[in-house]
Amino acid sequence: MSEAHFEANGGNVAVFDTHPSEVIAAESPLHWSRERGLVDDVAGHDGDVKVVERPFLGHLILRGGAITLDEAVRAELGISLPGKPLGLNVDADGSRSVQWLSPDEWLVIVPGGEEFELENRLREHLGDAHFAIVNVSGGQTLVELSGDKARELLMKSVTYDVHSHGLPVGKAVGTVFAKTSVVLRRPNETGFELVIRRSFADYCVRWLLDAGREYGLRVESPSSR
Amino acid sequence: MFYIFCPYCDERREEEEFHPSGQAHLVRPTDPESVSDEAWGDYLFFRDNPRGIHHEMWVHRLGCRKFFNITRDTTTYEILETYPMGEQPTITAETARVRREQGVQTADGGWQTVGAQPENSTLNEETSS
Ligand SMILES: [Zn+2]
Repeated sequence: MSEAHFEANGGNVAVFDTHPSEVIAAESPLHWSRERGLVDDVAGHDGDVKVVERPFLGHLILRGGAITLDEAVRAELGISLPGKPLGLNVDADGSRSVQWLSPDEWLVIVPGGEEFELENRLREHLGDAHFAIVNVSGGQTLVELSGDKARELLMKSVTYDVHSHGLPVGKAVGTVFAKTSVVLRRPNETGFELVIRRSFADYCVRWLLDAGREYGLRVESPSSR
Repeated sequence: MFYIFCPYCDERREEEEFHPSGQAHLVRPTDPESVSDEAWGDYLFFRDNPRGIHHEMWVHRLGCRKFFNITRDTTTYEILETYPMGEQPTITAETARVRREQGVQTADGGWQTVGAQPENSTLNEETSS
């Protein structure tokens, strides 16, 4: 683990890079399920639904006033803060996103390894403004659902209306998923994304496998970073 | 199943995403040291239990996780309005009574409960007679 840094934000906040050094193997929230043979390596498996984890991404929670944060996020990340509730803004190649979570809370997801540097740049940019940034990368993971039956699978799993008129591209909602909570995102036309909590990851995987059995569903994840 | 309108998410959501959190608009005594035991006890433990219009705090626990207020009829379970924290209700027991006496449906245009309008208008007519 890297040394804690106290420079940012007038020295009041301890920030540190949560990525372990290379010698320590990182384990994604689906690790437990993988150990039990429920998750395969990414193999481009054919089925009507495909579920692929995107492990080790950088997840940051931003809290504060919309105008202040919008200015900082546009300057440092090049994406504007979603102006409306339930908004999801994704950059051109789809690898970085900013999502509305509540009136004073946004979720930023960036490629793994970028989050520490981004956090520091945002802290520097925001200076003395009233805000909070929390790195939650270790507590949750992103899972992509695609394929012809992805919507049908979700209809069995969430209470939310997942038809395009209820969940169009660029919308993201927190909702009930099989009695637990997930963040359900629609970043593009081709599929859906779920942000699931680490402590519920195995439960969610087992649910997806069960609900997707009729579609030949497999859960895939890269075996290493 | 109810659909409840979350004033922060700005749309109707399944009841399952919400949790009730008791009576709304409770004001904590500004100087707890100087209030009587009775007043403090009232604030801590005693809640209204009206038959009819009630203002409650709810939390959108699986959505935006924010608290907000609901004006609800405890006899019909009808949700008359939802509004953010810090705001006051537009429908109270008093306004509801006046509107009923004038033959005006209580929640004109503000139906929060899908499919509830026909049923509830019958119930309202029964209670007013
Ligand atoms: Zn909400």
